[in-house]
Amino acid sequence: MSWVWFHRFGSPPWVYGFARRWAPWFGGVAAIAMLVGLYGGLVLAPPDYQQKDAYRIVYVHAPSALLSLMIYTTMAIAAAVGLIWRIKVAHAAAAACAPIGAWFTVATLGTGMLWGKPMWGTYWAWDPRLTSELVLLFLYFGYMGLRAAIEDPQKADKASAVLAIVGVVNVPIIKYSVTWWNSLHQPPTRLIGEADMAGNMVWPLITMFGAFGLYFAAVFLVRLRAELLRRERNASWIREVLT
Amino acid sequence: MSEFFAMSGYARYLWPSFGLVLGVIVLNVVLAWTSLERAQVQARRRLEMRS
Repeated sequence: MSWVWFHRFGSPPWVYGFARRWAPWFGGVAAIAMLVGLYGGLVLAPPDYQQKDAYRIVYVHAPSALLSLMIYTTMAIAAAVGLIWRIKVAHAAAAACAPIGAWFTVATLGTGMLWGKPMWGTYWAWDPRLTSELVLLFLYFGYMGLRAAIEDPQKADKASAVLAIVGVVNVPIIKYSVTWWNSLHQPPTRLIGEADMAGNMVWPLITMFGAFGLYFAAVFLVRLRAELLRRERNASWIREVLT
Repeated sequence: MSEFFAMSGYARYLWPSFGLVLGVIVLNVVLAWTSLERAQVQARRRLEMRS
């Protein structure tokens, strides 16, 4: 199998066209999957024997948390690709990831606090999982702030890429914080094989994971188009795509 | 129906959580489209100035 097709992802006009074609599809499927997942999670899934209906927060908290980590990892990989191979589209992709990831980190922290109050008796504790997730939010802010502070786009790309790559060390810390240290947060839940949750609780959660992933793809592609238009302001292909 | 919305007494934690995430989802779409529209307007303006 030839890997030449992959090179097209380095071409701004090709990526712009790809993003324009695929974003509505990802968005449409994400909306349908989200409605199905919400119906399954809020209506069809039974209450938990310990947490009662409060556990249903998991249907928005866990997908938001996964997305906050996944987006940061994507951003760091894109930044590394941009830095190593000097691919402009990769830097644009990293820049497009950051605001979406920051918002989903806010959603993770907010829903976690609202779940923590009835379960732990407090909205916030300086617990390893909560603190490392807060550090993730600061990393997103740092990345965006650094980009905005440097006028030269190439210098901004390089400096922010280094920060994104260094910051990725926080991703496994967040993931394994509940097993490495004593934490108020519950340990990881197995969803497949010997699952820790009943099947009628699991499928809506898996559906929500898929829906959030597709939603990210849709919003990311729209942001990527905007980023490419700004960066490629003097390129001839801009005229073709805008007319 | 009221039993459903009461969520066994956890409504004041559960619905704000769903509201927050819905807000983030809608806001991200609005911000992404606004950003794209602004970039398109700027790009068109540049093209007009050049031609």
